[in-house]
Amino acid sequence: MYAVRRWVVRHSRVFEVIYNVFEPVIARLDPLWRAIGYGRVEGPVTAVERTVKGFLFDCQMCGQCALSSTGMSCPMNCPKNLRNGPCGGVRANGHCEVKPEMKCVWAEAWAGSQQMQGGQKIHLVQKPVDFRLRESSSWLRVVREIAEGRAAGQGEKK
Amino acid sequence: MKFDDEPVPGYSLPILPGHVSPGRLERVLRAGKFAVTSEIDPPDSADPEEVLKRAAIFDGYVDAINATDGSGANCHMSSVGVCSLLTRVGYAMVMQIACRDRNRIAIQGEILGGAAMGVANIMCLTGDGVQAGDHPQAKPVFDLDSMSLLELARMMRDESRFQSGRKLALPPRVFLGAAENPFAPPYEWRPHRLAKKIAAGAQFIQTQYCFDVPRLKTFMAQVRDLGLLEGPDRVFIMAGVGPLASAKSATWIRENVPGVHIPDSVIKRLAGAEKQKAEGKKLCIDLIQEIREIEGVSGVHVMAYRQETTVAEIIETSGVLDGRTPWYPGRDTKTEKESLEA
Repeated sequence: MYAVRRWVVRHSRVFEVIYNVFEPVIARLDPLWRAIGYGRVEGPVTAVERTVKGFLFDCQMCGQCALSSTGMSCPMNCPKNLRNGPCGGVRANGHCEVKPEMKCVWAEAWAGSQQMQGGQKIHLVQKPVDFRLRESSSWLRVVREIAEGRAAGQGEKK
Repeated sequence: MKFDDEPVPGYSLPILPGHVSPGRLERVLRAGKFAVTSEIDPPDSADPEEVLKRAAIFDGYVDAINATDGSGANCHMSSVGVCSLLTRVGYAMVMQIACRDRNRIAIQGEILGGAAMGVANIMCLTGDGVQAGDHPQAKPVFDLDSMSLLELARMMRDESRFQSGRKLALPPRVFLGAAENPFAPPYEWRPHRLAKKIAAGAQFIQTQYCFDVPRLKTFMAQVRDLGLLEGPDRVFIMAGVGPLASAKSATWIRENVPGVHIPDSVIKRLAGAEKQKAEGKKLCIDLIQEIREIEGVSGVHVMAYRQETTVAEIIETSGVLDGRTPWYPGRDTKTEKESLEA
């Protein structure tokens, strides 16, 4: 919902803190996910993720969440799906070229990033979207990457 | 300006150390000359003669010609088609690629095709939304954005491979351009966004229409402070300019063309003039001269949509070429003939 997602961006710092607590917790649960099977938990986790993030951010389930790099403003709500900043068509009042009634997703992202501790991540170039990941859980993908990174790190130590 | 290592005028030049392309635009910019580019109006026709005719309007006044890619989301002859016709007779082209209509498979093919046809400059754009054009019912593609397109084109050139990793036998030798709009919010982010584009591979910039010189000055000062005009990865910034036909058309553009900012003072100046069209031209010349004085601006990009015939006069009167005559088909044979006659 438009009003909710704008409220979230105004409180981007709070959501950054929440996510920074949430991510290690679900990452710690890797053995549990593994025991059940990542394939089997994908469905229910995706459903939860879609509901929660859909309500808060108007999440479009691109499957490769960039919210912590975009001031908590979901870039997939940009009608051009831009992942790296605003286009040149932003109106003088800060609204969207394509949807004049909507505030530019990237103008919001900039404001949001300014309040966040990791706000400078907005300056990093994001890779193009991998369309195979659509409708999959971004959370589980991150968790798996963290777990694999940890395993690889331990492997090196040995 | 004549390059003494030009084997056949109009053909690709040897690539100098520190250069990435065999093109004349990169040569002119890196030599520190004030560069001039313009935009060809692509025909709604399959007639090649029409393309040649529309390009010849700029002969002797521009260092490169942009071939637009469905600008304003309107259908016209494709940029690769226009470039193919014009590079064949030696014109220096800036091939625009917009992300609106093609996915990464099509775009990578287009980059190779364009480079093979002699395109030395590629302009990476996001593109206007489909709602702006004559086919609002079309599917907007936007598989990439201007930033990821820049990275992709640079990867093809510098790493000689497709995004998939598959090797290219010969990489496209292209000078990479991008657009920037210092006149659209969020203003304080614009210089940083430019830095991001440079990090993604942009080597030259053509800005949106500038009618607000103080804003451009502020932007350029921030760009200089960020150090974006120094070092081997520096960027060359060309300011977008163009003649306005009348106060009425200026008002229409302001309200209907995405991203064009025209201050009230400009509209007042046009409305107060007896001959609005002539005043529009004069305003453009004044803007070019003011812009030229801004530290760090490397050239101008003249967009004179449907007024292409005025470009020569505008450039001539503004005096920004400093007596240079950019190459065009037949330039050197003409001068030889003239000198023989003399």
